[in-house]
Amino acid sequence: MSYMYNGTEIAADEEGYITEISLWNKDLAELIAQDENIDMSDDHWEVVNFLRNYYEEYQIAPAVRVLTKAIKKSLGPEKGNSKYLYELFPYGPAKQACKIAGLPKPTGCI
Amino acid sequence: MADYDIPALPDYPEIPPIKRDVMAHSQPYIAAPEHQEALGFPGELVDDWHDKALTKFAELLKESRALQVFMDSCVKCGACTDKCHYFLGTGDPKNMPVARQDLMRKVYRKHFTWTGKWLPWLVGAEDLTQEVLDDWYSYFHQCSQCRRCSVFCPYGIDTAEFSMAAREIMDHIGKGQKYCNEIIGKVHKIGNNLGLPEKALANTLEGLEEDIEEETGVAVRLPLDVEGAEILLITPSADFFAEPHVDSLIGYAKVFHQAGVSWTISSYASEAANFAMFIGAGEQMKMVAERVRKAAIDLGVRRIIVGECGHAWRVAYNFWNTLVGPFDFLDPDYPVPQHICEFTWDLIERGELTLDKSANDHMTLTFHDSCNVARASSMGDKPGGQFEIPRNIIKACCNNFVDMAADTIRESTFCCGGGGGLLTDDLMEIRAKGAMPRMQALNEVAKSEGVTHMAAICAICKTQFAKVMPEYGFEMDSIVGVHQLVSSAIVLDGQRTEDEETATASAAE
Repeated sequence: MSYMYNGTEIAADEEGYITEISLWNKDLAELIAQDENIDMSDDHWEVVNFLRNYYEEYQIAPAVRVLTKAIKKSLGPEKGNSKYLYELFPYGPAKQACKIAGLPKPTGCI
Repeated sequence: MADYDIPALPDYPEIPPIKRDVMAHSQPYIAAPEHQEALGFPGELVDDWHDKALTKFAELLKESRALQVFMDSCVKCGACTDKCHYFLGTGDPKNMPVARQDLMRKVYRKHFTWTGKWLPWLVGAEDLTQEVLDDWYSYFHQCSQCRRCSVFCPYGIDTAEFSMAAREIMDHIGKGQKYCNEIIGKVHKIGNNLGLPEKALANTLEGLEEDIEEETGVAVRLPLDVEGAEILLITPSADFFAEPHVDSLIGYAKVFHQAGVSWTISSYASEAANFAMFIGAGEQMKMVAERVRKAAIDLGVRRIIVGECGHAWRVAYNFWNTLVGPFDFLDPDYPVPQHICEFTWDLIERGELTLDKSANDHMTLTFHDSCNVARASSMGDKPGGQFEIPRNIIKACCNNFVDMAADTIRESTFCCGGGGGLLTDDLMEIRAKGAMPRMQALNEVAKSEGVTHMAAICAICKTQFAKVMPEYGFEMDSIVGVHQLVSSAIVLDGQRTEDEETATASAAE
C-alpha cells in the first residue's frame, strides 16, 4: 500500500509501515494516524517523539517497559503504564505507535 | 476492531456444524523477495513451480520416514476430526486434521503411488493445481503444529509433519510466509527475532536492573556477554521487550541471584526461538541452533539454561544434540540443556528459596500447558515432569491454584491459537477463533472456581493470550508467566520489607 502526501506517493508495506524511514514527517504521521482512527493529541506526540529519538540511538523501538518509564517521567505516574499507552494506541503501543512514527514494525513473539 | 465474529463460549465443549471453506480466505502475507533470498529460497513463485514442488516433495519423502509412513497409514477413522482447535473455532472442515493432511496426501497419491497414478478417482488422488497450492498456503498456515491431533490418532499420525513439509515445499518454489522468513533472517543478521541490537539489549537490561533495585533494594544483575560465567541463559527475545514476558525475565534474574550462581545472556545468541522448525527447514534450524553452541563455547560457560519459550524447549530438548551437538564441553552433572523451571524447582525442593505465597493472593491461577512443552519434551527425571514441575512451582508461589478440565490440559492441552508461526497480525482472525477451545475451558474454571489468571511458559502463548483474551471478555493482563509469579513471591536476602518500602516511598514524597 502507500500514502498520498503533498501530491507524492509514499510507499508502505502491506500493513501500512512506510518503507523509507527518511521520508517521514509530522504531516505524514497525522495522515497515518488518521488511517488508524487515531486523533493525535500532545500525549500521542510525546510517545511518537520518544520512539523516534530512541530509534535514532538504538535502531529499534524501545521495550514496553522502557517506554512506560520514559512516559512516566515526562507525563506523570498516572500515565506511565501500559494501560494508558493502550488507551492512546489501542492496537498496541509498540506496533501502532511505531507505524505512526514511521519506524519498522518490531517482529517476533510480541 | 475485529471485522469477524468471535465465537461464543459454550458452557461445555461443542462440536460446531460444518461450514465449508469458511476460512479459505485466510492467508498470511507472502514473504518479500529479500526475505526469501536471505534464506536461500527463490524470491518469488518460480515458473516451473509444479515440477519443482514435486521434486522437493520426493526429496522429503526420502529424507523423512515419518512423512512417508504418515502419508500411507491414515485409515480415515475420524478420531482426529474434532480435536483441532482451529476446526472447533471455525467449523471449516479443511481444519479437521485428516482433511488438512489430505490436501497433501491427495497429491502424494497422484504422483507417488501406483493406484493414484492409474485409478485416481478410486483413491482421491489429485494433481498439484493452482487451486490446490492456494489451499496449501491457506490451510497449512491454519495449523499451529501443536500436535494435539496426533495424541488421538490411533496411528500417531502427526499433522505438524505435514504442515512443516508443505511449508518447506512452498518456500522452495518461492511462496514463503513473510512472518517466519523475515524473522529467521533477523536472527542470522542481528541475533534475535526482534532485531534487537546489542546496544539496545544492554540498555534494556540496565533499565531492568534499576527497576529491580528500586523495587527491592537489592542489586540484582542481568549480565550480558560475561566470559567465564557458569550459566548461559537462552531466552526468547520477547522477554526483553514485551509484557508480561519481561516479568518472567526479572523472575529468572532473581532466582539466579538468590542461588548465588554466575550467569550471562549472550548478545550474539540473544534468542531461544528457532522459527526454522515452523517452516520445516532443517538447514536453517541448524544454523540458528549453531549460534547457541558458538555463544556457549565463546563465553566458556558450563551450563545452558533455556527460558520460558515453548518451541525453543522442543528444539533444545530434542534437536540441539543431533543438530549441533555434542555438548560435551558442558558440565554433565546437570541436564544438558536445562529448563529454567527445572532449575527453579530444584532450588525450591532443596529449600533454597524463601517464597511468600501471599504476594500472589490477589490471583487464583490456572496453568496453560504449552503444546511444544507438553507433547514434545519433558522436564526433570520423572515421566510427566513437564506437567508437574511448572505446576509445582506455581503452587509453591501461590495459595490459589486450580486446573482446567482434564481433556484440555497436559498431553491433551489445547494450543493457544498462535503457535507454529501464526503469531502475526495478518492471521488475527484464525488466531482469535482458534483460541476458543482454550478460552472455553478457562471460562469454565473462571465461573466455577473463580480463576482470575492463567500462567504459561511460552512467549508465543503469552503474546497470543494478551491479544485474544480481551476479545473473550478477559483482561489482557490475566495471562502471566510462571517466573512472573516466582518474581512476586521470592524474598531476596536483604530485600526491603513492606514497611520499609512504605517508609522509603513517603520519604521520597
